[in-house]
Amino acid sequence: MSAVVVFLLAAPLLAALVALRAPVRVCQVLTVTVGVLAFAGVLYLVPGAAQHATTVWRYLRVDAISVVFLLATSFLYAVVGAYSIGYLRAEEGNEDFGRYARRFYVGVNLFAWSMLAAPLMSSLALLWIAVEVTTVISALLVAIEDTDGAVEAAWKYVLIASAGLGIALLATIFAYYAGAQLLGQSYDLTFASLTAAGSRLPHTAVQLAFVLAVVGYGTKVGLFPVHTWLPDAHAEAPTPVSALLSGSLLAVSFYAILRFYQVAVAALGPRFPQAVLLVFGVASLLLAAVYLLEQHDIKRLLAYSSVEHMGILAIGVSFGAPLAFAGVLLHVLAHAAAKGNAFMGAGVLVRKYGTKSIARIGGGLSALPWSGPLFLLAVLALCAMPPFGIFRSEFQIVAGGLGSSRHTGTAILVVLVTLAFLGLSASANRMLFTPSTPAAPDPSAASGASGASGAAGAVGAAVVRGEPSVWMVVPMVVGVAALVLLGVHPPGPLADLLTRGVAELRGVG
Amino acid sequence: MTLSAPPAPGVFEGGSNVIAVLVLLVEFGMFRQALLRDQLRLYAAQSALISVLAVVVAAARSLPELYALAALSAALKVVIVPLVVRRLLRRGDVEIAGSGALGMATTVLVAIVVAAFGFFTMGTLGLRSPVLPTTALALSMSVVLVSFVLMIVRRDVASQAIGFFSLENGVSLASLVVAAGMPLILEVAFLFDLLVAVVVFGVLMRVHHVRAESLSTTGLTSLRG
Repeated sequence: MSAVVVFLLAAPLLAALVALRAPVRVCQVLTVTVGVLAFAGVLYLVPGAAQHATTVWRYLRVDAISVVFLLATSFLYAVVGAYSIGYLRAEEGNEDFGRYARRFYVGVNLFAWSMLAAPLMSSLALLWIAVEVTTVISALLVAIEDTDGAVEAAWKYVLIASAGLGIALLATIFAYYAGAQLLGQSYDLTFASLTAAGSRLPHTAVQLAFVLAVVGYGTKVGLFPVHTWLPDAHAEAPTPVSALLSGSLLAVSFYAILRFYQVAVAALGPRFPQAVLLVFGVASLLLAAVYLLEQHDIKRLLAYSSVEHMGILAIGVSFGAPLAFAGVLLHVLAHAAAKGNAFMGAGVLVRKYGTKSIARIGGGLSALPWSGPLFLLAVLALCAMPPFGIFRSEFQIVAGGLGSSRHTGTAILVVLVTLAFLGLSASANRMLFTPSTPAAPDPSAASGASGASGAAGAVGAAVVRGEPSVWMVVPMVVGVAALVLLGVHPPGPLADLLTRGVAELRGVG
Repeated sequence: MTLSAPPAPGVFEGGSNVIAVLVLLVEFGMFRQALLRDQLRLYAAQSALISVLAVVVAAARSLPELYALAALSAALKVVIVPLVVRRLLRRGDVEIAGSGALGMATTVLVAIVVAAFGFFTMGTLGLRSPVLPTTALALSMSVVLVSFVLMIVRRDVASQAIGFFSLENGVSLASLVVAAGMPLILEVAFLFDLLVAVVVFGVLMRVHHVRAESLSTTGLTSLRG
């Protein structure tokens, strides 16, 4: 087991180092290889983590909850690695392509490394450090296109997220203070020692730490009202990075909140932490549902859909029912696959039409024989249609809420999710089914679709039928297969893992 | 019933409270700096105060690890961080005057209200520390909140970045009070992390500076909805 953990921590870092010097082809092969191997390694961790938590060398720890988040990240790492090959192909003509591609691969591998490292940390302090590293690396990736929009988005992102993490650091300090009353002035701040101390921890300090953690890490999760960086960063980043941001980075930050939740439940009982999460969850879901209704930019649309799904996760945890917890953990996996797919599909549409404006994309289903239907399936999956994984996970969350008599919360959840469905499907419908209307090319399209100079010429003229690259299609097929697998019949070891994760979240594991 | 005044604080308590108050006053000073260079100097001064406080605590409470921490944080925050930012932006005389969204008087009034809120709220929570008086913790909360005001009202990337760095100083102050015994390795990791963040902030500031030919953020309004 420790060999796999070492691999997860070392391989992406090495890949990033190699990418500093190696030619682009080598970077591409290496990124895909490391991504696939990382996913295989995490799969190998599943049976063990479903049985018990393992601490590796005092500072690293693997348990069921962390493996769930590792699965999501490593899966996206692999598919995004393959997708990037096709995505970068359109830029190959540019004169500084070599430099751009090198930066891109160094960044993506480092980003994946930091997100794989975060769930492996055994203490709240190290977890904070890992999450801060994910922030600064991804901020550079958001800025990589070097357009006005990208620089603006990157600055907003790094400032707001870092300020949020400053609050999360305060939360970590107060958690340390709470533990120090029992464990002595000098200790390691591990999750295990804090949850074991349980209700003997001083209540005020734990309450303070939990609220600060939800606000602080919530900034990176995209919870209302500290979500404001999220749509900008998701829209301006290169599409492979958007997929990683949305499917994995937000989830990793949510993982940090879950760790504080475990400590808070052990110290205070479930009532207080669940109430806090319910408030933030409902507010985020409401905001996202409203913004989804009136959205003009395809990538911002998907970004608000991420806010929606993070709200669903927070509400799911606030229900406190075992079934809802199982739904939350499954939702993390299914959302990673679905949102990754949706962003990858959106990336193909943006490349094809040379614009991010929903109004200017039309007839996608006929222009893109593979990506069109695959994007449609991804949107349907995001809307929680059967037979995809999100249907199962949201069904479990709703059933768990009803089962534990949280009728009001469940009703609000169902209404708002339906509203979000309306917005998302209406926009997808406009892009995929309405015939392409030849419109005069507008000057904003060129700056909006950075780098897609070749495709931008096609705007206004009839769009030629055909896929930009097979490398952009294969990862989406894999994603749909994963979604169907999660929705129809989650494999046995995964079910064991989720059961174990539920026990850990309830504090009985 | 006789009213007895609370016991007067000793030299150690008094001294450490004075340092904590100075940290807060420096934070207020950041509202009016007109040059990038001066803003960085104030930040270095604030960081130096925190390091001095760490040395005082180390001596008075015999926590030898804090000496190492004080030395490291002084080296990083007083010397390296200002150096990195100045190197990345090349010129220290970049004008950032008048970037406040509110007038100076209004800004300071808002900051005083916010600082008082942080100070008194923290005081009512009853967190006691064996290392430092609770006043220092309450002051650290004021520093954190005022640094948010700084990031909100100043419309230039340098002040916003330094607002974040000084937010981290406020948290360091809090951690001296309530988490003085934190293992050195974690503290070192925090500092290293800060260094990485500073480099990234510096790179993005530089990109912004090259692109916008100023440090002002008033042009950053194209992304909405």
